[in-house]
Amino acid sequence: MKPAPFRYHAPETLEEALDILAEDPWEAKILAGGQSLIPAMNFRLAQPTILVDLNRLAELAYVEATDDGGLRIGAMTRQAVVERDALVAERAPLLRETMPHIAHPQIRNRGTFGGSIAHADPAGELPTVALVLDATLCARSRDGGERTIAVGDFFFGLLTTALEPGEVLTEVILPAPTPRTGWAFDEMARRHGDYALVGVAAAVTLAGDGRCTDARIGLLSVGEGPVLAEAAAGALIGEELSEALVIEAAELAAEADIDPPADLHASAEFRRHLVRVLVRRVVHRAGDRALAGASG
Amino acid sequence: MDVRLRVNGCEVTGVVEPRLLLSDFIRVDLRLTGTHVGCEHGVCGACTVLVDGAPVRSCLMFAVQADGLDISTVEALAPAGTEELHPLQVAFRETHALQCGFCTPGFLMTLLPFVERNAQPSEDDIRAALSGNLCRCTGYQHIVDAVALAARRMHADDGESEG
Amino acid sequence: MSGRFFGRRLPRNEDASLLTGAAQFIDDIDLPGLLHVAFVRSDYAHARLNNVDLSRARRRPGVVAAYAAADLGDYWQHGPLLVGPPPIDGLIFHERTQVPLVRDKVLYAGEPIALVVADSRYLAEDALMDIAIELDPLPAVVDLEAALRGEPAIVHEDLGSNLAAHCVQTKGDYGAACESADLVIRRRFDYDRGAAAAIENRGVVASWDARARKMMIWDTTQAPIPVRNGLARWLGLAEREVDVVAPFIGGAFGPKIMMFYPEEVLIPWISMQLGRPVKWIEDRSENFYATTQERAQIHEAEMALATDGRILGIRDEFLHDTGAYDPYGLTIPINSQCTLLGCYDVPNYHSEFRVVFTNRPIVTPVRGAGRQHGVFVMERLLDIAAGELGIDRVEIRRLNYLGPDDFPHHHGLVYQDFSSLTYDSGNYEPALDRAVELIGYREFEGDERPPPRQSGRRVGVGVVSYVEGTGIGPYEGARVSVEPSGKVHVATGVGTQGQGHYTSLAQIVADQVGVDVADISVVTGDTREFNWGTGTFASRGAVVAGNACHAAAELVRAKILRLASELLEAPEEHLLLGGSEVRVDGDPERRITLADLAVASNPLRGAVAPGTEPGLEATAYFGPSRGTTASGVHAMRVEVDPETFDVDIVDYVVVHDCGRVINPMILDGQIQGGVAQGIGNAFYEHLVVDDNGQLLNASFMDYLLPTATDVPRVRIDHIETPATDTPLGVKGAGEAGCIPTAAAFAQAVEDALGIDGLEIREIPLSPNRLFELVRDARGGES
Repeated sequence: MKPAPFRYHAPETLEEALDILAEDPWEAKILAGGQSLIPAMNFRLAQPTILVDLNRLAELAYVEATDDGGLRIGAMTRQAVVERDALVAERAPLLRETMPHIAHPQIRNRGTFGGSIAHADPAGELPTVALVLDATLCARSRDGGERTIAVGDFFFGLLTTALEPGEVLTEVILPAPTPRTGWAFDEMARRHGDYALVGVAAAVTLAGDGRCTDARIGLLSVGEGPVLAEAAAGALIGEELSEALVIEAAELAAEADIDPPADLHASAEFRRHLVRVLVRRVVHRAGDRALAGASG
Repeated sequence: MDVRLRVNGCEVTGVVEPRLLLSDFIRVDLRLTGTHVGCEHGVCGACTVLVDGAPVRSCLMFAVQADGLDISTVEALAPAGTEELHPLQVAFRETHALQCGFCTPGFLMTLLPFVERNAQPSEDDIRAALSGNLCRCTGYQHIVDAVALAARRMHADDGESEG
Repeated sequence: MSGRFFGRRLPRNEDASLLTGAAQFIDDIDLPGLLHVAFVRSDYAHARLNNVDLSRARRRPGVVAAYAAADLGDYWQHGPLLVGPPPIDGLIFHERTQVPLVRDKVLYAGEPIALVVADSRYLAEDALMDIAIELDPLPAVVDLEAALRGEPAIVHEDLGSNLAAHCVQTKGDYGAACESADLVIRRRFDYDRGAAAAIENRGVVASWDARARKMMIWDTTQAPIPVRNGLARWLGLAEREVDVVAPFIGGAFGPKIMMFYPEEVLIPWISMQLGRPVKWIEDRSENFYATTQERAQIHEAEMALATDGRILGIRDEFLHDTGAYDPYGLTIPINSQCTLLGCYDVPNYHSEFRVVFTNRPIVTPVRGAGRQHGVFVMERLLDIAAGELGIDRVEIRRLNYLGPDDFPHHHGLVYQDFSSLTYDSGNYEPALDRAVELIGYREFEGDERPPPRQSGRRVGVGVVSYVEGTGIGPYEGARVSVEPSGKVHVATGVGTQGQGHYTSLAQIVADQVGVDVADISVVTGDTREFNWGTGTFASRGAVVAGNACHAAAELVRAKILRLASELLEAPEEHLLLGGSEVRVDGDPERRITLADLAVASNPLRGAVAPGTEPGLEATAYFGPSRGTTASGVHAMRVEVDPETFDVDIVDYVVVHDCGRVINPMILDGQIQGGVAQGIGNAFYEHLVVDDNGQLLNASFMDYLLPTATDVPRVRIDHIETPATDTPLGVKGAGEAGCIPTAAAFAQAVEDALGIDGLEIREIPLSPNRLFELVRDARGGES
């Protein structure tokens, strides 16, 4: 289990990284935290010929407040930093609640926030959370310059995103939390830190009269990428969150919103079942938090 | 490629192929064989070392990436030049927290920052902190006990935390 | 037997080197000019091998050599049969043992076909990509029942069928018992494969010194002496020309007793071919194929009972998967067959098994070694019977227990060591009572159950019992010497893999020779130190090597006292041995240290008296005529989320009886680790293959070892019923923790879910599988 040889570049600046990537955009592979890529290389399932290591780009490691109450998170920020960051806890409590579910402390010490999103693993927590939080993704390339991508346009399918060859995800912008919004995350994993059989992240906003004005429900491990359960969310919006309504939404999530895969650990049928159970629980908790008026 | 880094407080240099895993660099090039390799895909935790003070799986880093960084391995845990053990090692021995001992260096390096930071960790906290390391011999119970014991002793002089 | 050191909770001698990273494991061995080996293994489970082309690999820079079966010449041989068939009437056994490299036909996915020797493991793996292999895939034999019908193929074509063995053992007359029974229960039970998954993989390093004619081999083996003997013969060398050292071993759990693995045979041979030291370290990916595995059995079992719950008889017919070869004979299925009877008085028993060849990796004992299966079948049958008869689960066990006066109990079956299955001693009811009390079983008796820790979950309890045959022969030996420093050295032939032999054996010796445990060094697993022995397996190290150490230490003690008596001019009965010296009782001035005695025992001038030997040293052997039977009760409390089928084990109690305890701390560790492995076996670990015999989860990402958050705290209590046939009274304990765990888990989860018609009759389980079982019990609704 030793990786195949490759050419290695460790640029000191983003500009330099973009130049190297532009030389060979199809062959060059970006190395961020490496916690998914290096295992694949050790198994020789991945054999990139050129690696561009972004770990020296201190300029991409930060968590900053935006003026409108949101957050900017540099793509190379370690997951452990995001987990412990006070601004994250305040402005993106859903993200804070999700972080401990991602693998184990040693992985989060090395794994990066942007790397996980750009990897777009359907079982990854961060792509789904980014979807629920309606993130905006910033990317740069030498020839294409800088652009922003709405998260809804970012994930294309299995391990595929809107990023072009040669393009680097540089920053993730999270909007300010809407008042009276409650969040929750839960997942069913075989062991603590494993990829989940199913995971659910939700953000529910309630009006003063208790009606749901907005709902975003994200699912992981049920498709080729992170999935937004639109039918389920649609059922909630405009209504009061009764027990029966939440069950109906969970049913829609399980039956209408997904076409789950089967694997070793869960059949498609069990995944639907878990979506039904977890959407109900998570929406409940998010709704309760919204009612409590707290944002977390 | 040339690398220059600090390992256990000493400056070391080496010439490595980019693909050389940090775990192999530590074990083979530096002959620090206390860091063990159990899976080489980042699950078992046996190869855990401290990189700039944080526990990291050395099988999921290339040696070239350690250029300029500060690495600590199990060999640096006990005070140098003495027969003494670190309080965490002492607690492992007293509570029988190791059997075959193969996974032990990885546990120690994972737990070191944890016991330094936590004076009175709960059993659940300890188990969560351990959950990224596999041990096949002990059933973890004595490891949990060792961490609690070490934390208590290491923070005995902290004042408030004693109670 | 107890003394100053025996029976004490002492920290281990070996820990300091392990904790500082100084202990040498196989991959830590480095030699000048060391070469590294990587293997090409078959992607197919069953295929005809037409051609292997190594020419490109051999041309790659950094590659020193490459070999396929054809290159081995006469060295290519089948491995030996390690355990022959036991003397049972009518037994059928077909021996088919493994080969170093595939020559004609691949019999399991991962079977080695060729290898590359290079300057580094990285280069060797690069060169694997250069090897062209022509294979014609054949249908894979995976399903045991189909395999017996010869479908879809025959693994060993010359046999004409996939039957490896057939064995019937009976006692009494089950047919008659069945006719007179008030209730007969018939059920099918399935147990599937898992891996031993020691955190250290296997490895072999060999170095041939042609001038000294010395082959030095380091091997992660539980049995270095048999490996030395076998390899010497295979390599055409004298035994004295070969040394095998088992360095510190990072866990074994059974598969490291297997010999001769292809790599074990090939690495020394390559070293002779190339005249350079050679290393092969198994990686985790290889370990899932190249290291032996265990566990697949299918039982069709019947229990005949009287209305009051008494067992009248049992009939069990089962299939056992041995994989592609059967070098370990029938040890596992015989264990299943014999252990099924458990703590119970079963007057009539008909047990019949068929061993089946499949296109899967080789099966040899893994911790528990087939005993789990027997216990699972018996305990589950008792649970089902209790339910049908309206008897309490604990009471039906108590009712059928052998009583304290029933020992020795002769079952009349042939056991794995070929002796007649006999329980030397036991006392089961006190263990049951204690476990029931500790787990709070009575809280579950009324209509109201104890509340779960987390709302919405359901609480259940399971209580099961088991026996374990331990400490079997043939023998082990030990040499004990007092060195001129006054420190004591012990050498024994068993290997050690974390069981604490460096300390427990020292505790046994310390009491006899009067020194502190810290002043005793123990060497295990090094043929340069001790030449005779079999190995560490079948929970026998403490029993067999322990008693050998005890015997040798007694001889040394006698020598110490005789010499001291002479030098101190006092009769032996007035001497006190302890604290590394001998004193005359009541006369504190007359004393001599062990160091001085050791020097005096080996004089440079004068004469050693006729009939005596120089030195304070003795070698002794211990060979039990049969094993000794340990027993225990496990009880667990679970909380099950009835929607996600996540199971949380919230309490676990073990009441264990392994006779006299040498070091309770080490024993607790053995049990806790065993329970963790049992929990893995019950709920996490499953080697899943598809119809083509392809393993679908060959990584630690998908093969799930339990972690610290999955394993509960285990509360342990001991009952001491000494072994009757050994001087120390100890019984084995290495495997006990994992044997009844699955049975307890199934009972507790079933109890928690409380769904009519839900019977858990298979292992391993998973949330997904529980979901399906519940859905089926409810007629399709989950």
